[in-house]
Amino acid sequence: MNFLSSHKLQHPYRFLGKDFFMRETPVFSDKDMDRAVSRIAHEIVERNHGVEGLMLAGIWTRGAPLAHRLAGRILSIEGKEVPVGVLDIGLYRDDIGRSSRPMVHSTEMPEVVDGQKLVLVDDVLFTGRTIRAALDALIDFGRPRQVQLAVLVDRGHRELPIRADYVGKNMPTSTKEEVQVRLLEVDGIDEVVLLREGA
Amino acid sequence: MTKLGHFLIKNARLLDVITGMDEFGDILVDEGLIKHVGAPLRDGDIPERCRLLNGDGLVVCPGFIDLHTHLREPGYEDKETISTGVAAAVNGGFTTICAMPNTNPPMDNAVTIEYVIQKAALAGKARVLPIGCVTKGSEGKQLAELWEMAQSGAVGFSDDGKPVADSHLMRQALAYSSGLALPVIQHSEDLELSQGSPVNEGWISNRTGLRGWPSVAEESVIARDIALAELTGGRLHVAHITTSGSVDLIRLAKQRGANVTAEVTPHHLTLDERWVLGHDQDGPINGPLGLEAYDTFTKVNPPLRSREDVEALIAGLNEGVIDVIATDHAPQTVIDKLVTYDDAAYGFSGLETAFGLLMTLVHDDRIDLMTLVSKLTVGPLVVLGDAYSDLATLRKGTTADIVVFDPNKDWIVSSEEFNSKGKNTPIEGVRLKGKVVMAFVGGNLVYEQEKLDE
Amino acid sequence: MPSIVKEENKRLRTSLVDGTRRHLLDVDDFTRDEIDLVSKTSDAMLEVLARDIKKVPTLRGKVIVTLFYEASTRTRVSFEEAGKLLSADVINVSSSGSSVEKGESLLNTVRTLQATGADLVVVRHQHSGAPYFMARNLESMGVINGGDGWHAHPTQALLDVYTMRRHLGPIGGRKIVIVGDILHSRVARSNLWALTTEGANVVLCAPPTLIPQEFLSGQHRVDEHPLSTVEIETNVEMALDGADVVMPLRLQLERQESGLLPTLREYSKMYGITRERLDLASKDALLLHPGPMNEGVEISPDVAHGSQSLIEEQVRNGVAVRMALLYLLVGATKREETKAEIQ
Repeated sequence: MNFLSSHKLQHPYRFLGKDFFMRETPVFSDKDMDRAVSRIAHEIVERNHGVEGLMLAGIWTRGAPLAHRLAGRILSIEGKEVPVGVLDIGLYRDDIGRSSRPMVHSTEMPEVVDGQKLVLVDDVLFTGRTIRAALDALIDFGRPRQVQLAVLVDRGHRELPIRADYVGKNMPTSTKEEVQVRLLEVDGIDEVVLLREGA
Repeated sequence: MTKLGHFLIKNARLLDVITGMDEFGDILVDEGLIKHVGAPLRDGDIPERCRLLNGDGLVVCPGFIDLHTHLREPGYEDKETISTGVAAAVNGGFTTICAMPNTNPPMDNAVTIEYVIQKAALAGKARVLPIGCVTKGSEGKQLAELWEMAQSGAVGFSDDGKPVADSHLMRQALAYSSGLALPVIQHSEDLELSQGSPVNEGWISNRTGLRGWPSVAEESVIARDIALAELTGGRLHVAHITTSGSVDLIRLAKQRGANVTAEVTPHHLTLDERWVLGHDQDGPINGPLGLEAYDTFTKVNPPLRSREDVEALIAGLNEGVIDVIATDHAPQTVIDKLVTYDDAAYGFSGLETAFGLLMTLVHDDRIDLMTLVSKLTVGPLVVLGDAYSDLATLRKGTTADIVVFDPNKDWIVSSEEFNSKGKNTPIEGVRLKGKVVMAFVGGNLVYEQEKLDE
Repeated sequence: MPSIVKEENKRLRTSLVDGTRRHLLDVDDFTRDEIDLVSKTSDAMLEVLARDIKKVPTLRGKVIVTLFYEASTRTRVSFEEAGKLLSADVINVSSSGSSVEKGESLLNTVRTLQATGADLVVVRHQHSGAPYFMARNLESMGVINGGDGWHAHPTQALLDVYTMRRHLGPIGGRKIVIVGDILHSRVARSNLWALTTEGANVVLCAPPTLIPQEFLSGQHRVDEHPLSTVEIETNVEMALDGADVVMPLRLQLERQESGLLPTLREYSKMYGITRERLDLASKDALLLHPGPMNEGVEISPDVAHGSQSLIEEQVRNGVAVRMALLYLLVGATKREETKAEIQ
């Protein structure tokens, strides 16, 4: 479902029983995404002076495949394997009872977290609450030496003092908009789109 | 509110099973008697100062007689008193009720019998005919003084609430009472088979995880009692039958010519066991339990049975196997119902909903109106005897015990409005069609739901 | 048919999946989706149980009350652990020494509970239907049935199904045999609902005196009956033949005393799960037991502690499943839009 012209797709969106239509505007193509992942991988290796004591932890759902891609890219750059973990933050959210609950999935951290340099990976950085929950989850696994954050898209509107170390694209947005990252592994296509309410 | 006066009900449908009357006309009540019934009166024949009541759309028949009511006084006045009970009775169209003796102290002697009679007379609403205990204290061990009680006015004997379990004692009770020409009214329950179960045994007991009251616990006692009645020549009246097997037993007994009669309650003719799950007649028989399950207001002894049993009872009624409809009015305090199903008290406050419930059968063409009136007026005479036949007819010159009802009146059951202290009904909030609008006892207007004056 | 209908009789379907389910009274209204959701969530909870620090902040600030009118250590402890690992505050009220024992009516206890403002109450009561009574009379608190009389024990059924699925995968078509006092067993009843929803073939095995009349007479074998496929077998050897799961139930001494059995001894000889009998089942048949066990009566010690026994795993899974249920039930949203009327 790849559209060359913007504003074309009428996206029926059922929310709270009401139908309203969202307009999709593509922001990243699959090639753009690929370049961003490469760049971030290089930046991670550069800033950490190699991959000694380094670990990646993807935040479920889309942070996980992204983390795996980064690890793959790092492998081709440095020739070394970086361990990848998957972190589910469902049990650490601060809004239980106030919004619909996500499914909780298992967290799998491949090895000891103590003393490691850990890069959290997520698709979109928005309010920062997901990252806060991820930090809480991480602490329950041990005491990393350092935690860094890599995101594909930073859309602004932070509600907590959280910042990303590695950003694929800065995208100022309004709160009425939504940024959706779609990945081959999860959605069957690589792209990033901006969703706006509209007829 | 009693007025011994003149009442003329005009243009109503007049039903009298004894005289075979079913026609439109006038009925005149004067000085406690029925002075005229039938063709419309000419103006010149209407007495002075007569209240003229418009009977258009209404039906007039003899006042209903309830063979089975629990008035709870003496001893359980928080549940009901004789005064509130008789007021509830006339609200429901019952001008005569028979008081069951499981009071405290129980009605097993002349003194208590006379007490009940006097209290009822003071209240001045429905007539109360007392039923005495079969055994002392209803303990099932020793016969009570049946003759003494009969002298004081008892019209029958029962240990209702419990069966007379001991077969030998039941035999003696039937034999002894036959000498008095009075019936033994048996609550048929084999306590060892029923084990105090709160619901019917079958899918409902399995579904709810409650102990089940098997049909055979009722049927085995009926079978035994029929045999004893035939042996002794005693009069057996089977209270509140609930199963198809019981109908079969009574049918066979009658075919043999046994002196056995039977009664059924309005609720066993209409409600079935799925009401325990909070479902009404539309509810699924098998499905998930909702929050309204284990509705203690459906707990009654004997319990609500299966749909098949209900059908068999309706058929038995139409066939004549079942002679009488009796309410088994059993008021309970609400507190005793706001507990778990196992702990809840048994019974329905039935006097004021009986007629409306029964009318659902008429409106659904399951029984006709004449049959209904018959089971509520003439039917009870099989137990009370011909001495009371005046109360069951509209014949000119007889006592004016009359009920006037609107067979099509829509109303919603609201226990708050009951005259009875007992607000325990399983059909709270249900819409019914058919209501009593007036009742006369001995020519006194004892109940008036709305003014019908022209 | 007389048409006597109640005025306000809407039956609302609630579900864990969309967060509308407020109470867990039985599994008779669970869909396969809900069972799947519970299983997936339990997987995540098992992972938490495997950590060094077994604690997550999920239910921080939530209050869970356990109200046990019937003594039970294992279920109560299981719920308490589940609540505490999720950082909830768990308050235990047991029947001894409290006003509950002094004959305070259930209704008054419910009102007191309402006033405490707790989020969830887990109740076990000797009378069937007690949790329904409580749920009716509570405004915003959720009720979890920890076992009511002979009627239901939903959390046990869910942990049993979860345990089976972890070993067998989907259990549709599998032969599951429950042996024991079915008549008085809330574990059996709830398991029946969960297992038939999952499409398993259930066989109930017991002496005729311990089988509900409806099953014994085959009354349930009609199309509209949700349990119409349940089979009844009074011979244990025939029942166990080729079984994938064998679940003996605890037999209580009272059954002998109330005339339902001649002796426990005879029961144990006729129905006890021994090594020889277990070998009649399929090769890697799972052995489950809801506990506590009467070793030597319904189950022989070597089987209870043998290689096929998953009894200890059930206990561990029980905590995970209860954690999952607490998580899924607390904070059930009551959005009107997400409720749907069923016909």
